[in-house]
Amino acid sequence: MLNVNLCGIKLRNPTILASGILGVTKDSIDRVGKNGAGAVTLKSLCHEERTGNKNPVMFGYDDVFFNAVGLPGQGIDNAVKDFKRLDNLSIPVIGSIYGYKIEQFGQVTKKMASLKPAIIEVDISCPHMDYGKPYDADPKLTAEVTQVVKKNAGKIPISIKLSPNVHDIKEIAHAAEKAGADAITAINTATGMMIDIDARKPVLANKIGGISGPALKPIAVRCVYEIYETVKIPIIGTGGVTYGKDAIEMMMAGAAAIGIGTGVFYRGNGVFKKVCNEMEAWMKKNKVKNLDEIKGCAHK
Amino acid sequence: MECQERTEIPKLMEISEVVYEGKGQKSFFFRHSLNCRPGQFVMVWLPDVDEKPMAVSYINKNEFAFTSQVVGKWTSALDKLKKHDKVWMRGPYGSSFSIKKNACVVGGGVGMASVSTLIDKLKDPTIINGARSKEHLIYLKRYKNKNLIAVTDDGSYGKKGFTTDSLKELLNDNNNKIKIVYTCGPEIMMKKVFDICNKYKVECEASLERMMKCGFGVCGVCMVNDQIVCMDGPVFNSKQLSKMSEFGSFARLKTGRKVTINEYHSIHA
Ligand SMILES: Cc1cc2nc3c(=O)[nH]c(=O)nc-3n(C[C@H](O)[C@H](O)[C@H](O)COP(=O)(O)OP(=O)(O)OC[C@H]3O[C@@H](n4cnc5c(N)ncnc54)[C@H](O)[C@@H]3O)c2cc1C
Ligand SMILES: Cc1cc2nc3c(=O)[nH]c(=O)nc-3n(C[C@H](O)[C@H](O)[C@H](O)COP(=O)(O)O)c2cc1C
Repeated sequence: MLNVNLCGIKLRNPTILASGILGVTKDSIDRVGKNGAGAVTLKSLCHEERTGNKNPVMFGYDDVFFNAVGLPGQGIDNAVKDFKRLDNLSIPVIGSIYGYKIEQFGQVTKKMASLKPAIIEVDISCPHMDYGKPYDADPKLTAEVTQVVKKNAGKIPISIKLSPNVHDIKEIAHAAEKAGADAITAINTATGMMIDIDARKPVLANKIGGISGPALKPIAVRCVYEIYETVKIPIIGTGGVTYGKDAIEMMMAGAAAIGIGTGVFYRGNGVFKKVCNEMEAWMKKNKVKNLDEIKGCAHK
Repeated sequence: MECQERTEIPKLMEISEVVYEGKGQKSFFFRHSLNCRPGQFVMVWLPDVDEKPMAVSYINKNEFAFTSQVVGKWTSALDKLKKHDKVWMRGPYGSSFSIKKNACVVGGGVGMASVSTLIDKLKDPTIINGARSKEHLIYLKRYKNKNLIAVTDDGSYGKKGFTTDSLKELLNDNNNKIKIVYTCGPEIMMKKVFDICNKYKVECEASLERMMKCGFGVCGVCMVNDQIVCMDGPVFNSKQLSKMSEFGSFARLKTGRKVTINEYHSIHA
């Protein structure tokens, strides 16, 4: 009932662990698989090993979750040794990559491709990196990165991950599609800040961070809706999906699959199964037989 | 419908007392009740410095404390704090020790902090408290009326040798009634304790230490095999430990890279 096809890859259900939540080790992929996810996205990796920011790097209150982890990672070379391969695990794995310079996106993609992930996702949108202008701030840069990644990915489909912190997300999505992207992941976190009034300081060590969780959902639904009107390639709708009803809403906006990150914080490791069960219950109640029936229906 | 709200933000707490415990070791008390089980930890934020996990080492009515040992930047900054100074805290987090009869508790160094609130709940436990030397031994006064075996590597106080030597001696005694061993300290020591427990067929629970960022099972760096130390642990039982091939041999750095335990301790001291 819930199975979907994403870039030719069959997923038992549309829920995908978003990048940056667990997804650091091979064992964690299997664990998330056992917890019912349809696929897993790895924590983003680049050409070098990075420690990331000092703590606090994340916290949450009510419906708002903050993070500024600073993209820690063991680097693609260590990851290649650590993971060995990604095509023989219990569920499809999406390898998330980024670089500082355009060439590095290509180099990292090539190494990631050697692990044979199901899809390569490109993080051009992390709001708290120090490599100058983010690549998604400009459709030309987005297109350049997309071309380089596509060239180095071989037959592996690529998805470009977009940020809501731009003037016109349609324009960026369009540039990515034209440059050869096979999918769009939308969205990354929206920038924000929290100041502790007793400490009189921002709580995140990085001061500014990204907002995720339920508070991000209306922005994510709007972005997915706009992107769906602009491109033909599938969208992995991500941002604040916590309950089955959120996933249904995201699909109605046009998503082909659903990313879940902060949902792990709000509902535990079992969030994937819970969301799937809630989706099924809604579908049965509303006599919906498969997800194609509702995908993008809000546009009609 | 399940509640969507979950609040995990650092909260202001004022230090009500600082107690000297040993060389570079101090307990920081807070006049505040904390709903906390033995073995759980809190995340402590010192603005402009860092935020780190600390085991809760005293739980009294309307008061709790943690005990820290100076090792690096963060513990040094903490060491300078005095009564009425402020820190920010969230938690408690993690799993806790079971509470069983006929117990032996093996604490190495400041690892004693993680098992101290357990000791307070156990009935007549045998305590093996070990450190490098006399000045590093903590809680001697606190446990003076308990069945305490103090050991030091250099023999400057109590027995000379490792905690694990004393544990072996204890379990070798045919009259011993020990059914479970609780431990916290350097991982090499805990691995030895675990192996000894297996040999003598007694249960074991160990509290593991890993690099932690979130403390609530999201970031994924503190994993030992498929176990998330901050959430599934830090306390693991024999059954869990026997499935964790990385226990006693490997840990991950903040970057996620897997290294040997020795390398881990030399890098993140
Ligand atoms: C869950 C958890 C919570 C923690 N909470 C705190 C906390 O609240 N505060 C804090 O400051 N730190 C905490 N730590 C840090 C940790 O306890 C210390 O880094 C560790 O105990 C080393 O302390 P030390 O330097 O005093 O050890 P050492 O003095 O070097 O050694 C302590 C004892 O371990 C034994 N030992 C050492 N090496 C071996 C060996 N090779 N074989 C057998 N036995 C050996 C010795 O008998 C010695 O008596 C925590 C750790 C864990 C696991
Ligand atoms: C702690 C944390 C770390 C993240 N790290 C990454 C990352 O490394 N790469 C990336 O593309 N997105 C990263 N993200 C963004 C998420 O993948 C996701 O796009 C965003 O959080 C919105 O979805 P959510 O509300 O379901 O979490 C991170 C998010 C969080 C909360």
